Amino acid sequence: MPYVRPVSKTTWYLANRSYTIHMINELTSLFVGIFALILLWGIGAVSRGKEAYEAFLANLKGPGMVALLWITTIVVFYHAIAWFKVTPKAMPIQRGEEFVPASVIAGAHYVVWIVLSLVVLILAGAF
Amino acid sequence: MSVQLELDILRYDPEKDGEPHYQAYSVSCQDEWMVLDAINHLKDHVDTTLSYRWSCHMAVCGSCGMMIDGKPKLACNVSVRDYANRKIRIEPLANFPIERDLVVVQDDFMEKLKRVKPYIIRKEETTVEEGEYKQSPAELKKFKQFTLCINCLCCYAACPQYALMPEFIGPAALTLAHRYNTDSRDQGLAERHKEISKPEGVWECSFTDTCSDACPKHVDPASALQQLKIATTTQWYKELIGMGGK
Amino acid sequence: MAKVNKALFWSLFAAGGTVTAFVFPVLALIALIAAQGGMPDIMGFEQMRGLLANWFGKLVAFGIVSLALWHAAHRLRTALHGLGIRADGVVSFLGYGIALLGTILVGYHLLQI
Repeated sequence: MPYVRPVSKTTWYLANRSYTIHMINELTSLFVGIFALILLWGIGAVSRGKEAYEAFLANLKGPGMVALLWITTIVVFYHAIAWFKVTPKAMPIQRGEEFVPASVIAGAHYVVWIVLSLVVLILAGAF
Repeated sequence: MSVQLELDILRYDPEKDGEPHYQAYSVSCQDEWMVLDAINHLKDHVDTTLSYRWSCHMAVCGSCGMMIDGKPKLACNVSVRDYANRKIRIEPLANFPIERDLVVVQDDFMEKLKRVKPYIIRKEETTVEEGEYKQSPAELKKFKQFTLCINCLCCYAACPQYALMPEFIGPAALTLAHRYNTDSRDQGLAERHKEISKPEGVWECSFTDTCSDACPKHVDPASALQQLKIATTTQWYKELIGMGGK
Repeated sequence: MAKVNKALFWSLFAAGGTVTAFVFPVLALIALIAAQGGMPDIMGFEQMRGLLANWFGKLVAFGIVSLALWHAAHRLRTALHGLGIRADGVVSFLGYGIALLGTILVGYHLLQI
């Protein structure tokens, strides 16, 4: 009888570093989801008027929220970097017989990222 | 100059053993040996009962895939110098049933290979008089990398989704489907789509990239699978609006 | 049902991942600065209302929030499955349910601005 080796359904990702990093990357989406809900909350506050919005901002200043926002900020930066790293694999660009190098595709993403971020900062009233 | 290898090899005799067990061997190797040479030496001079597959000894046949120090590799492609003076485990390729010692049962892969229809499919054949199907170097380049697969199954051994869900069609078979889908001579995308778009098709892939890491021929199956996800999604939307002809 | 539409959920996940990769870092940074109180003018009410008043701003905000939720729902579904939680039907229903609810809510709020 051929022997089937058992695999743990709950701890397989601890077996090697690649698997563990992969699991961490997947779990970053938790904070993406949390921040989306915070944005939803903020947009809801804007729709209810100035008082509701000021209350929302005051809520953001609470120590629990500040801690959450620190973690969220770090995690979404990590998400962006991990995402740009793998994007070239999903979208190879062929020019004649050669493919555009992955570093160029990733680099272009970073440029757009920085430009977009500056635009958003200006729109939000940072400058 | 010689290299000392300390090996723990997973043994399993289906007629005698209830479970596999490790057996320790110590091998004095020549400096330039590959791990396969060490194993061949063991079989010839120490333990003739050791069973394993091998053939070309130059990383083109795909026969000698096994877990070396926990990673799926071709034994003929790995130098003994990488493991000098360390105790390492040699096991059959992960995620496959063990037939005997380092030999795994590959039937599952063979069946999946058939399901993806890895051959040119034409809706209309051209006649001999019309001439051969022409293909430019650029058209060939589009899919050439994915033709290099030697079916060694290292990618399946590396894939955690195949480990957890054995019904997953898997990296090599799906890469081959993509290889044919992107071949300019092929017209079979819609036909292959039926298998690929099943839940156990490309959607089981969670893009851990470990398959591409393990591939000894640099086929980059992870890339093929992500491209296949985009192509499959596009085909799905097309079929939704009744334009899934190709 | 949740399995048959994998193409749909995956494309939402991929779009959401791309959108959030581009804009979430700066948005999170802005929220953090507003919470820490470093730049009092940032994220001011008039500024925010002005941005969301026109239909283009609404469209962008809707896209960002909705796609982010679908991204998180799909990716967490995969992650939980990988952690050994096999009740895929329940997880899908909850995750995609929240994403759908959030999508409807954000649309509703934006229409009120």
